[in-house]
Parts: sequence; structure tokens; C-alpha cells
Amino acid sequence: MRIDGKGLIDRAQPLRFQFEGIGHTGFEGDTLASALLAKGVRLMGRSFKYHRPRGVLTAGSEEPNALVTIGRGAAQEPNVRATMLEIYDGLDARAQNAWPSLRADAMAINDVAWPFLGAGFYYKTFMWPRGFWERLYEPLIRRAAGLGALSGAHHPDRSEKAYAFCDLLVIGSGPAGLAAALTAGRAGADVLLVEEDSLFGGRLNAETFEVDGLAGPDWAAQTVAELRDMENVRLMTRTCVVGAYDHGTYAAVERVGPHGARRPEGGVAETFWRIVAKRAILAAGAIERPVAFENNDRPGIMTASAVRAYLNRWGVASGQRVAVFGNNDDAHRTAVDLEAAGVEVAALIDSRAEIAPPDLNCPVYAGAMVTGSAGRLGLKRISVKTGRGNKDIEVDCLAMSGGWNPTVHLTCHMNGRPTWRADIASFVPTPGSIPGLVTAGACNGDFSTQACLKAGAEAAAAVLKDLGLKASGGARLAEAEDSPYRIAPLWAVPGTGRAWLDFQNDVTVKDVKQAAVENFRSVEHMKRYTTQGMATDQGKNSNVAALALLADATGRGIPETGTTTFRPPFSPVSLATFGAGAQGIGFAPQRLTTSHGESIARGAPMIEAGLWYRPSYFPQKGETHWRQSCDREVGYVRKAVGVCDVSTLGKIDLQGPGAAELLDFVYTNTFSTLKVGRVRYGLMLREDGFVMDDGTTARLGDQHYVMTTTTAAAGAVMRHLYFVHQALCPHLDVRFTSVTEQWAQFAVAGPKSRELLNGLLDQPVDNETWPFMACGDMAIGGIPGRLFRISFSGEHAYEVAVPARYGESLFKRLVARAEAMGGGAYGMEALNVLRIEKGHITHAEIHGRTTAFDIGFARMLSAKKDCIGKTMAAREGLVDPGRERLVGLKPVGGDSVLSAGAHLFDTGVAMTRETSLGYTTSAVFSPTLGHHIALGFLQRGPERMGEVIRCFDHMRGLEAEVEVCPPVFVDPDGGRTRG
Amino acid sequence: MRLTCPICGARDRREFYYQGDAVALDRPAPGAGVQAWDDYVHLRDNPAGPRRELWHHEAGCGAWLVVERNTTTHEVHGVTLAMAVAEARR
Amino acid sequence: MKFSGLRVLKEGLTGNVGWTPHWRDPEPKPEYDVLIIGGGGHGLSTAYYLAKNHGMTNVAVLEKGYIGGGNIGRNTTIVRANYFLPGNSEFYSHSLKLWEGLEEDLNYNVMHSQRGIINLFHSDGQRDAFVRRGNAMVNQGDDAILLDREGVRAHLPYLDFENTRFPIYGGLYHPRGGTARHDAVAWGYARGADMRGVDLLQNCEVTGIDIENGTVRGVQTTRGAIRAKKVGIVVAGRSSQVAAMAGMRLPIESHVLQAFVTEGLKPCIDHVVTFGMGHFYISQSDKGGLVFGGDLDFYASYASRGNLPTAEHVMEAGMTLMPMIGKAKLLRSWGGIMDMTPDGSPIIDKTDTEGLFIDCGWCYGGFKAVPASGYAFAHLMATGQLHETAAAFRLDRFRTGRGILDEEGTGSQHNLH
Repeated sequence: MRIDGKGLIDRAQPLRFQFEGIGHTGFEGDTLASALLAKGVRLMGRSFKYHRPRGVLTAGSEEPNALVTIGRGAAQEPNVRATMLEIYDGLDARAQNAWPSLRADAMAINDVAWPFLGAGFYYKTFMWPRGFWERLYEPLIRRAAGLGALSGAHHPDRSEKAYAFCDLLVIGSGPAGLAAALTAGRAGADVLLVEEDSLFGGRLNAETFEVDGLAGPDWAAQTVAELRDMENVRLMTRTCVVGAYDHGTYAAVERVGPHGARRPEGGVAETFWRIVAKRAILAAGAIERPVAFENNDRPGIMTASAVRAYLNRWGVASGQRVAVFGNNDDAHRTAVDLEAAGVEVAALIDSRAEIAPPDLNCPVYAGAMVTGSAGRLGLKRISVKTGRGNKDIEVDCLAMSGGWNPTVHLTCHMNGRPTWRADIASFVPTPGSIPGLVTAGACNGDFSTQACLKAGAEAAAAVLKDLGLKASGGARLAEAEDSPYRIAPLWAVPGTGRAWLDFQNDVTVKDVKQAAVENFRSVEHMKRYTTQGMATDQGKNSNVAALALLADATGRGIPETGTTTFRPPFSPVSLATFGAGAQGIGFAPQRLTTSHGESIARGAPMIEAGLWYRPSYFPQKGETHWRQSCDREVGYVRKAVGVCDVSTLGKIDLQGPGAAELLDFVYTNTFSTLKVGRVRYGLMLREDGFVMDDGTTARLGDQHYVMTTTTAAAGAVMRHLYFVHQALCPHLDVRFTSVTEQWAQFAVAGPKSRELLNGLLDQPVDNETWPFMACGDMAIGGIPGRLFRISFSGEHAYEVAVPARYGESLFKRLVARAEAMGGGAYGMEALNVLRIEKGHITHAEIHGRTTAFDIGFARMLSAKKDCIGKTMAAREGLVDPGRERLVGLKPVGGDSVLSAGAHLFDTGVAMTRETSLGYTTSAVFSPTLGHHIALGFLQRGPERMGEVIRCFDHMRGLEAEVEVCPPVFVDPDGGRTRG
Repeated sequence: MRLTCPICGARDRREFYYQGDAVALDRPAPGAGVQAWDDYVHLRDNPAGPRRELWHHEAGCGAWLVVERNTTTHEVHGVTLAMAVAEARR
Repeated sequence: MKFSGLRVLKEGLTGNVGWTPHWRDPEPKPEYDVLIIGGGGHGLSTAYYLAKNHGMTNVAVLEKGYIGGGNIGRNTTIVRANYFLPGNSEFYSHSLKLWEGLEEDLNYNVMHSQRGIINLFHSDGQRDAFVRRGNAMVNQGDDAILLDREGVRAHLPYLDFENTRFPIYGGLYHPRGGTARHDAVAWGYARGADMRGVDLLQNCEVTGIDIENGTVRGVQTTRGAIRAKKVGIVVAGRSSQVAAMAGMRLPIESHVLQAFVTEGLKPCIDHVVTFGMGHFYISQSDKGGLVFGGDLDFYASYASRGNLPTAEHVMEAGMTLMPMIGKAKLLRSWGGIMDMTPDGSPIIDKTDTEGLFIDCGWCYGGFKAVPASGYAFAHLMATGQLHETAAAFRLDRFRTGRGILDEEGTGSQHNLH
């Protein structure tokens, strides 16, 4: 029921929305909860386990009951809090966890079966017969569990991420937060004030307080206006700080665009902020707690502060006849505000015998308690036990207050534990829990408006001092009510029925007591056994009461009982927002070679190589299978000439007098003896003795080398070189830098490679001046570049490098010339076949568990010098002849298919873990040889040359008899490479 | 988490690569023996509290850093260039 | 008390007044035959199997806080036997077999759910590596099926097959893999051990280990000194500190692994799915929350809380792989402390001190190992012999280089596994 003249809504802007298929009208400024309450809708949801009918309990993000689903199709969004959802034209909200309808929910049968569904019942049953868990019980439980449903479609909206930096982050804009921001802002600090709500002001908007003679909301608006005028202050509403992390880092979620139709097409829905703050003030307020009594969960039973918020902020009477029940003076305001607004108050019931109630028209029952309620789909009646007997009172709304819990959550995110304060029967933050953060106002246990204003201003003054800023003098503290907070703890009204603590998860006082009986006495055990505090509100409404009752049940005090831990996020965050930017290809950067466009133009399927993209093969007309293209491209290299972009390999330029010594230390073999103008293959170990990477390094000058790494290990090798230099060899005068992206480099391979190059190079080359493993400067059309006579394919081959800006042009010219000579471009498939035919290894072989000994390179460990990994590589276990060592494998008879990942066995044995002698790492069809070939690791491999063993791949259903052979299949003498 | 690189200033954790205990600076001589090498490569004090460790400003200046940090609170007590530490040892 | 559906019915009908403690809270005795330091999953299962398999019931489990409060209570609950290195294969295979009979064995519903695990791969090279793994699993007698892209689509139609940074090539499907209710595992073993006479001593922190002439004599605790002939250290997350009480230095560095859970949702993910390129894995709990995680935070930490960059990276991986989870809301994140070893595999072994044993180094894979670890550690402590399924988890393998179990091939840097 809407009250004329009250509230901060804009009655000139009506908005149409639907709930459960029924159309309603609300106003700009309404939440779904306030708009529904205004229409007298109390039933908004169902609970998790018992499917109890539920209405809205709170007016904030801690709401446990009124969770709805909005949107249709891919935009369907479950578990939206009706208390936080600002309505808009066309909003379509549905209730959750109810079938066939919210009013008549079949699963409410659980509420009848409650004696069998108490805490932890599922640990004790569903065990028989064996195997029925997956087939019967679990599917039933899964279907019954959960709240709302995802659509199953890809996420349709956009969120984004941002960073912010400030001197002072103020979290919350109630009186404490506003006073803090004002004090710091006036002193010139760089202030960021964030507010979860759509309005600044906090409780000032929900109460009838005055500040400096102004109505609370007006004072807030005036203060915000002053802050807006300060260039050093940034203000953010609809922004919830969800996590506190190390060194002044905070995570926050900003609801940027309105929901649904009001958001522009493609507009950002939410922004995930990482805020780095030198200091922070937490002024997050407090959350009122319910009181546990029998059937305290009916629609219409709400926290008293929520009833006041709906009345004062939204102009909504939550009922036509309201009772107020509390254990503290603050609850009395509810009756005062309601009566002042003309709402009938049936009774004020206070559990304390000694109270000083305000002037009210309604009856006041001191020392009385609500012991029960009636009304299945909405509250109809409460039972009250007074000193003079029991009494039933007809009401459709009960405002209850068990006192206030300071919003300490953020202070627990770094394992801080709050401190119990008996005088306010609550936990308050423990100072220092988050380095750089101080707490002020209600979240610190200061409950009067005046105390909040004062605490906020003082906290800011202290921060200013820390920051080396001076508070501007003469600022006067605003004046406001300063009533004391008087409370006598009341956690649960004695009784035998079910009294709810965790509303959503249906945890009752009985459950907590039963947990204690079953010796789940630790607060963590109780939580986990009963699921208390594990619902979407994470216990914000119920944890303190639950642990007080556990303390009672176990004969301990509350401080000794302890608390469970609040962890991030403070309020749930959609994964799309926490993971913004990653959907689709945004997850990782894309690295493209200079030939990328040309490769695409030639129809090459591009495959991922780390962050790079490389062409798989270049299909030609009439080819229907990748193998056809691959075989043809292999033929280019073996018979004519092929061109392949190898720019993705890591390239590190090393210069300085210490370069040679550094290389000698990181490589197993020696580079100081390498002649200028020559290239050498190098093997690099990790310090634990296993192979780290391999590649060629060229000596371009006396003090100038260029190292090549594999594509995969480029970053790791760079890091390693930095480490070896700075940490182990700081005396070496050497500098190095990654030039991977500065040079475009192409392999030109095949018997006609020199012929091709000589048609392009400004100075032709021959075998005398450019023998195998030579390198040096060259130029093409006056463009200086580098030429390396190296080969990964085993053919006469070169790699030609030019500055990256010429890469695309050179690739096109190389390919055009190759095509004119009966060759062409080749991709990764052909490259792989060529290197396996030649027995060259890649990270398929050097996969982190292989040693130089395993790959037959033991002789590359120079005896004359130390190097990284040398000592550990000599461990007995790493040079055991029984290790799995590199071999070649070829099918006996020739026509079997070999595959990588197959295991190796002696013929005639059962295939078990114990009999497995090794495995294949790389396998291809060799068009050169006309049969499959494979590389693999075999126990005592080199001793078994010529023997026939079995290769078995269960996964692919392949099996072959194979002959063990040396790993070089083509041109083992290397004549073609040198020729 | 943020670390203050002596060269670049205070930067987000995302810019840094963590390696492990700063024991990695104390590479034994090749002939130091099995135990010394096991200590160097594998065994760790692994304290719950202050320790010295090696980080690398990988997305920044490339410097390796000796960071004194508390593994329980994550409080950082100091950051120095690993090269300076290594040079001082020589 | 035997648990059953009938018992739940009977108690329900009689006011649920007959339930009794799941375990006792006894006072420490001055001496036991065996002390187990650590009341987590591995410690409790060790105590259980000492009693059940070896008849050793004069045993106490010493727990600093509350039982099941360590990694057993803060993991992502995945149970699998999909290792490929001999030494690991037989151990996890054994563990899965124990899981398969665990409810009956413990008379406690740990909700072991064999819903199947699918490891996705995103390149030819990854496929080959998974084929090798799958073949090793079959050789071991476990189950593995290679799925191509369409095979994955049949199981997981909601993945983004069209527009994702690392396209899905296929997956390795392990049908017997799945999940279990983590807390229930701890409680089931605790109850089982307690019923057989084991004393579970909570709030009993070990402050020293008494050793005389190279032989263990007992421990000092916050509840007094306790003598024992044999002591087992099973304190993942604090292994280095407790081992230091016995003068040992371990090949372990402690790291934080985060885990995440969303608000409850109706069933939408029926398997355990892992995303190799993104370090992301996910399943849906029976309660409806999506339970997921990713990589380590990567720096040494005992803080048991996570950092923001890793959390963001995990959500980002989820969003590129399965963008249908975008409107699920993260409810809670937390961190556990992992004993990271130089090869990513655990240690179950004797120590140089007579009577002192250690079970540690589980990295981030300890949950599924709880049954077999307790089984093997109990065997070792009772008989002095390594159990055949856990004979590879030697403490000296790093020094000798023999039997290094580096499944990821990332080498001796502790945090890279």
C-alpha cells in the first residue's frame, strides 16, 4: 500500500512490470520488492529445502527470500534480489524453485516430511543398494536442489573491467561515509566514495532522522552536491566493494547500465573495478537480524528496519495492520514511523521487561514475546506471550528486530576475526584486520547518527594525517540524533516448533541443537553439517544468532564459540562480470606473424601455437583431406623448395664481452669457441638436470650472438637468461633483449633453395662462402637482413630474416618464386613430417621429463665446463640405462598406422602398467618413405635396435608390430643438408 | 598484491613472476656434493612468516628482485635488486 | 549407531531425540601405540585403516583445530584415477576402488558420484599427451575414452565450440571419475575410526616431537605430553613446520590454491569438466552451486586466502570455455594451503628417525587420495613396509633422481606443478 507524500520515488514516472505473469505499475526509484509490497504482494519466493512460502525479509543486498528470475531466452538471469532490482518498463520477473506455481508448489510436500529431512539426514541414508546413488538418489536430489536456472545459452551481455587509484576509498555513503568523504575531500585528498545502493545516504534515506535541521535525505543530497563540486572526489553509486585484497587492492562491481530495455544495445551491463587505495574507510553500516520464533518465516514477517525503509524511502506500508517485535529501542522507531504515516500498528512487543516506550497509540507489551504465527501464504496472525497470558493478534505484517550486526564482512577477507562486544550483543571489526583500512560508524558498532558522523569525520582526519595532508580547519560537525542503543539479547523465543535462522537454506534452531547433540560443536562443523550460513546471503542475516544458540547448546560463551569466516565476495558477482572480456577470443592475446594475412588468403587453416597462430597447411584445388596437402608440401621440400614462416620461434639478441661466457653457462655445449659467421645447435637444461629447451645460436660478431628458442619456451628462456645473468653471473658484461617480433624469419628448404635465394639476394651465395651452419648479413633489394644456413627438415636449407615490416612482402615473393620452381609454401603439418623424418625433436620429446641422456645427447654435456643443470643431470637416476630413451619406430611390413601416445610392449605379453616399456611421442605418415614412422621412448631403447615390439593405442584402437630403429629416418649421414 | 620494483615503482602483482626461495642465489659449486645440491634445488625452509624470495619483473624492466615478504600476512618488508645482492656476495 | 534410511524414518517419527554424537571427545591418555598428527582427511583415514586393517586401536589423532578443517574441507571434491606415470597410476587406481565401496565401508553417505570427468584438449599435441594418458589408464585397468569434438559436444553441448580463443579438439573421458561430498568423507572416517576405539583429540596442537637417540618417544601438545612408539605426520599445509620439530627439512613449498562456488542453480553441468588451456575445472554440487577452480596463486603463502588476479583469470577461463555460466553469481571464494613438491607428487615414507613417518606433499590433488593414502600410510606405520600401491612416494627420490613423478614435466620449481 502506497502512502501519499512519502518516499523518494518519482510518482511522475510510472513504470510497468510483470511478476509471475501479472502486470503491475511502480515508479521510478522503486525496487521490485518495494513495488510489489506497494501492490500488496507479499508472497515472492519459496525456500530451498522445504519450499516454504516466503516474502521479502529485508530491503538490501542481504535478502535471502525474495530472489527472482528476470529476462527471457539467453538473457535469463536467476537469483536476482528483488530488493536490489530497480524496476523498469517491461521488467518480467518470475519466482523460482516453485512448480507448478508459486502459490501451489508441489515440492512443498517436503515441509510435511520435515522430521525426516533434518540437519545432515542425507549423510545417513541413500546408501542402499549400492550403485543407486548415481542412478536414482542423486538425480532426484539434484533436481530438487538449486534455486533459479541458467538459460543454457551463451551469455549475451557485455561487461568490462577497469582500474582505479585513489588516496582514500570510502566504502558506504551513510552518515559516516559522507562525513568521511567530506572531511577528506575538503582537505584535497583524492577520494573515491562508493555506494552499493542507487542513492547516496544509507540509512538516512530509510529513517526519519534530521541532520543539521534538514531531513536526512536532504542533508545527504546537499552533502553529495558539495562533494560533486570537488575535482578531487569521485562518486560512484550502484557500486559494491566485494573484496579486500593485499596491499590496498579492492574489488568492486558497478552496475553500469540499467537492466533490460533501458540499457542501450551493446551497452555495458557491469564494470568490474580493481581499486588501489592508499587508505580505505569502511562505513558499510549494519544489518538488522531477525528473531527466531516458531514460524517466523511467513510472508509479511520482515525486519523492522526493512519495514521503515519501505515506508520512508519508498512510501510503502508493508501491511495494513502491523505489529512490531523487538529486543531493543531501535525497533520502537518502527511503530512511531508507521503511526505517523497513518498505518495501523497493532502492538509493540518488546522482550525486555523494563522499557521506556515512545508515545504510541498502540498497545505496548513489555517483557513479551511473539511465540508463533499463522497464515500459509501470508501472515494472518501472531501469538504473543505476555506476562499476563497468551494473546493472538491479527496482523498482516510483523516488523521484528533482534538488534543490529555491524557489516564487518570486508574486514574478514584477509582472515581477520571480529571481536565480540557484549554491550551491543554483536561482533565488531578487529582493528588492523585489513592493513590500511579503518572502520567507522554502524559497521564499527556506533549506532546513533551523531556517532556515525563523528566517527566518519575522525577516521578521515586520521587518514589525512597518514597521507601527510592537513584537515581544513574550522569545519563543524553536523548535528543529529544521538540516542543510545539499548538491547537485551534475544536469539530465539523458547518453544518446541520450528524457528528459522537461515531462511533460505531452511536451517532452524532445532537443526543447530541437533548438530550440537551429534557433536558438531565447532562452529565450522555446525555450519557444514546444517548448511547454516551457506545460502546466498552467506549468513549475513543469521550467523550471529546461530552461533549464539550453538554457544548455548554447548555451554560456552559466544567469544569462545568463535565465528565462521566471511570470504569474498561480499555480495555475489556474476561470472560474466568477474571474467569480463574473456568470452570468445578475449581470453588470451593473439600473436600474428607477418605472413598471417597471406596464409589466410591462401585458405590455410590456422592453428594455435601458444599465443601464436600458424598455418596448418595450404590446401589446393581438388584436395579433400589435409594429408593430401601435407604430403604435397613435404614433396616440395624433399624434391624442390618449400617456404615456411618460422618467425614464432623465440629470438634473443645477446651482446657484450660476457655474451660467450653466459652462453657457455646456459648451454650444455660450448659457444665461446663458435666462429663468427657460424651457427651451432645448443641444448639447455633446467637446474634439475632435465632438458629445458633447444635451438640454434648464431655468432654474428665477436660479442654478438642471436639465440633461437622453441616457440613454446621463448618466454621461459628469456626469463631464465635474465635470472642466470642477474642472480648467478652478475659479473658478466652482457645485455640481451627479445627480438622475436622485430624479425620476420622464413625457412627456405629443399634442393632448389639456394637457386631460389640467389634469384633474390643482392649478393648470391654458394656452398663455399655459405656452407652448412654458416650465417651472416645479406640484403634483398637493398633491404639488409640475415641469412642462416640451417635446416630443420634435413634438406639443403636456409632461414632468411628481415625486419618485420618487410615480412609480408618477402613471404609473398619467396612463395611466388618457390611456386615457379615446382615448390611452394608449407605449413605446420609438413614441417612436422619433415622434422620427424629427420629425427629432430620438439617439445613432444623434450616434454620436461627427458634428459640429454634420454634423447641420445649425453655427449653434448661438455666435460670441460660447468653449466646449468650439469650436476643434477648426473644423478644416478637420470643416467640409468634402464630409462626410457629415444628411438625410431617403423611398422613391420610397412602398412600399419602409427600414432602418438601409444604404449610399447614386448610381443606376446599382456598389456598392463607393469609391461609397458615406453610410448610414442610423434607419429606421422612419411610420404618420403611411403609408410608411417614414429619417435618414442623405450626402456633401454638404444640397446634394442632391430628388435620387433608392439605398439598399442587403446584410445584410437590402433595396434602395430614395429621395428626399433635409430630416430633418423631420412638421410642419416646428412649429405643432403650439406650438399 | 603489489610490489615496489626498485626501478619501476609500485606495480600490480600481475606484472611479476614468482620463482621461489632466494636460496636460488646461492648456487653450490659443481663439486659441492649431493646434499648441497639437494638443499639448493629441492629442500626448503618454507617458513610461515618472513622469508626472502625471488621475483622477476617480467612485464616491466626485467629485473630479478629479492623480496622480503611474510608468507602468513603477505606484508612486504623490502625489495632489492637480485643483481645487487649477487654482486655484493662476490 | 548404524545409519540407514530406516533409522532416519524411525528418528523422524520419534522426534529425532535418539541421535548420538558421531564421535566422542575423549581426554588424551598419557600414552598410545600410535599418534597421528593431523585430523584432516589423510590423518583420519590413516587412523581408520590402522584400526580396521591392522587391528591397531590404541591410536590417537591429534588435531590443532577441528577435525576435517584443512584441505579436506576446502577443496573442489574431485575424485579420479587418471594419472599416467607408473608409481602414480596404481596408487590412484587403488584409491578409486576404495572410493567405490566407501559408503558401505564407512556406513556414511559421502555422496561419491561417478558422474564422469572430461579433460578437454585444444591442440594435436595435447591430444597426443592425453592419448598417452588414456592408454596408461587402460593399461592400469581403469577407464578412459577418447572423444573427438563431436563426442565432446554430445556430452557438453553448452561449451562454446564456435568462437573461443582455444578451440576444442576433443576430450579424454574418464567415466568413473566424479566428485564426493568433502566434509562427509572426513566425518565418515572420523566416525569409523572413533567407533573402532581411536581417540580423536581436537584442539590439541602438537608443539614438539620428542626424539631420543634417533627414536621417536612421543609429542608435546597444548593438552600435555603424550608418549607413543610411532608417530605419523599427516599435516598437509603445515608439513614443513611439523617436520621441523623433528629436525627435518622437506622438499616442499606451501602455496595457495583458490576454489570458488556460485549460488545454487538448477542442474546445468552434469560432469566434471577441465579446460587444459585455461587452468579451469568445474562441476556442479548436488546442492546446485557451481564448484570450480584454476591454478595456484603462484607465490608461497600460508594465508589460506586468494588473490584477485588468479580469481579473475579463473572466471575468464570459464567465460571463454562455457559462456552459459555468465549469469551465475560467485557466492564465495576461499584458499587452501598446498604442500607443493618438486615433482608434483606426494611423499609417504619413513623418516631418518625411528618410529617417525610422514605423509605429505599432496600438492592440489590430495582429496581423491584420501582413502588410498590412509590405507598405505597405515600399512607403512603398522608393518614398517611400503604398501605396494604407494611404493614410489619416496622421500629420497629427488636426491637420487630415481622415480621422479613429474606428471606435468615442469621440473623442480615447486609452484609449477
